[in-house]
Amino acid sequence: MAKMTMVDALNTALRQEMEKDDTVVVLGEDVAVDGGVFRVTDGLLEAFGEERVMDTPLAEAGIVGTSIGMAISGLRPVCEIQFSGFSYLAFEQLEAHAARMRWRTRGAYTVPMVLRTPYSGGVRALEHHSESREAYWAHTPGLKMVIPSAPRNARALLVSAIRDPDPVVFYEPKAIYRAFREEVPEDEETWPLGKARVVREGGDITLISYGAMMRPTLEAADKLEDEDGVEAEVIDILTISPLDHETFAESVKKTGRVVIVHEAPRSFGPGAEIIARLVEKSFWYLEAPIRRVTGYDVVIPLFAYEKAYLPSADRVLRAARETLEVQA
Amino acid sequence: MPREVVDLPYQVEYLSILDQDGRVLDEDLEPDIPEDRLLRIHRTMLTARRFDERMLQLQRQGRIGTFAPVKGQEAAQLGIVAALRDSDWMVPSFREQAASLWRGQSMESFLLVYGGFYQGNELPEDTRNLPVAVPVGTQPLHAVGLSYGIRYQGSDDLVVTFFGDGATSEGEVHEAMNFAGVWQTPTIFVCQNNQYAISVPRTHQTQSKTLAQKALAYGVPGLMVDGNDVLAVYAAAEEAAERARSGEGPTMIECVTYRLTMHTTADDPSRYRDEEEVEKWERREPISRFQAYLKNRDLLSDEEIDEVEEEIQAQIQAAIDDAEARMEELEGESLTMFDHMYAEMPPYLQEQRDAFQAERQAQGEEEGSHG
Repeated sequence: MAKMTMVDALNTALRQEMEKDDTVVVLGEDVAVDGGVFRVTDGLLEAFGEERVMDTPLAEAGIVGTSIGMAISGLRPVCEIQFSGFSYLAFEQLEAHAARMRWRTRGAYTVPMVLRTPYSGGVRALEHHSESREAYWAHTPGLKMVIPSAPRNARALLVSAIRDPDPVVFYEPKAIYRAFREEVPEDEETWPLGKARVVREGGDITLISYGAMMRPTLEAADKLEDEDGVEAEVIDILTISPLDHETFAESVKKTGRVVIVHEAPRSFGPGAEIIARLVEKSFWYLEAPIRRVTGYDVVIPLFAYEKAYLPSADRVLRAARETLEVQA
Repeated sequence: MPREVVDLPYQVEYLSILDQDGRVLDEDLEPDIPEDRLLRIHRTMLTARRFDERMLQLQRQGRIGTFAPVKGQEAAQLGIVAALRDSDWMVPSFREQAASLWRGQSMESFLLVYGGFYQGNELPEDTRNLPVAVPVGTQPLHAVGLSYGIRYQGSDDLVVTFFGDGATSEGEVHEAMNFAGVWQTPTIFVCQNNQYAISVPRTHQTQSKTLAQKALAYGVPGLMVDGNDVLAVYAAAEEAAERARSGEGPTMIECVTYRLTMHTTADDPSRYRDEEEVEKWERREPISRFQAYLKNRDLLSDEEIDEVEEEIQAQIQAAIDDAEARMEELEGESLTMFDHMYAEMPPYLQEQRDAFQAERQAQGEEEGSHG
């Protein structure tokens, strides 16, 4: 076991998969010599050479489009889009081709690729560097959408994503790239895609979140216990699509009360789908209206007001208390 | 010298081998094509043309849906693929019926797809053809990645991709040529300049004098050929293939051709071009030119052409019969829409599939009780 940041953990996942499987290649802007602007791919060029670690021309559609071709040829490309705010240039390739090639050819050609990209706010960046648009990819049938929340699960999920037979969009919460360290096993570890995890057990209320928002959510859960004597169950979704509704449906049977936390804009966000599933499947267990603590339906402000936009532990706490006050 | 002309590595050449009447203009340029291959090219050109005509009838009768006819572009496609190996890959756009027929795709598969059945895209396992790509100019990038991948895996095969004049305005076509230039991939970019992107003429698409010169900006050689001259197209493809296989990277070939009919069956070309222009291009039509050449070489007679025509009509009829029988069989198979979204069906999708099945069953029972 070694204590790692998320950046180290992701680097470990890439390095170990590349050692194990020489069809795994890495490509993107500044990923080779520079090791990625966040250093996630640091040292891979030296270890695996320029045929497997490619600094591409600066063109997002080109990166994703060529990755699709590589994947069809039998490689397992892991491409990086430097910031998720620049992935829209590749939207066409993901929506029209990566997501559909298996379906279109009835299984003859498949696209086992991973698109890694940093998302989320909180790093005092320029415009286009802070947004959370996971709903775009989760809405596209044929793609998988994964968001880790800590070093250990980031490593284990990235390994699973690389080995997955379908295209995976892998959002990395850059706000916590280096925010804390966690024990990560030396030996290979995989976590299944499409499976949420209960990270804290409790019977009074269910808090559902993912990615960088897990930290304020867990902080709120601690405060609920310390200040209110309330036992919150906290669920980390981990895979936005395919969404695992079983795990939160089970939890709601116990608690009857739910708060969903994400920094993506509220309307049509992942929270909306979670609520829809709960209403469809767990309606009779609900004891209070489900609340959402989310980003607002605005462009995430430049960093002077960024904090005001992002959900905080206090916002989660207030929403949880209001939910707990409702008498069925 | 403070201001001088920069010496660029390439210039655009225009290649043509046959004149309008099928006579060889310069014997030194004539490619050495085995006789059986020449005859197979002829047969496939003719098959593509007749199949096109029959599909148009079927579409007008409502038996299949929209498709993009190939009429006039047979040489631009067959000259390319006939010069390649079966083990090479092809990444088409949506008008490559002639090239696809050469590469083993059945007429039945086209009839199925244009009849609305994705089962037509269930290609035979050893086929190295990607399926039709509808969004314009998005597929050349796949060809570049594919060629990178096969080279990485030690093959000396190459990848050819087709696109049109309109596609040269799409950014992704330029990204593809640029990536291919940087990576020196074994890729052949074939632009079928058929003079129109639906209604917009080539002159409104770009101010560039040629489309082949677009490649030059990426350090990729670009060659312009008479796309209605199958020998010129073949010669250009051979040259590009040799370059690709010897590790010298990609080539772009601009085939100057003409779409003799509508963009798709939903299009009315009389809105944007006059008959005179079409007639001018009819005189440069690729099949009759090639037939004249084959006759000059005593490789083909009028009687043999008639025989080939007859055989083709029988094949087309058989394909239509098979396809229509298959479509009838597949009519009720809508449950298959849930297949192949993922390698493994996620639980929520399985639920949707179950619900769909239950609804269909209920509807069937209801209809049954009224019937």
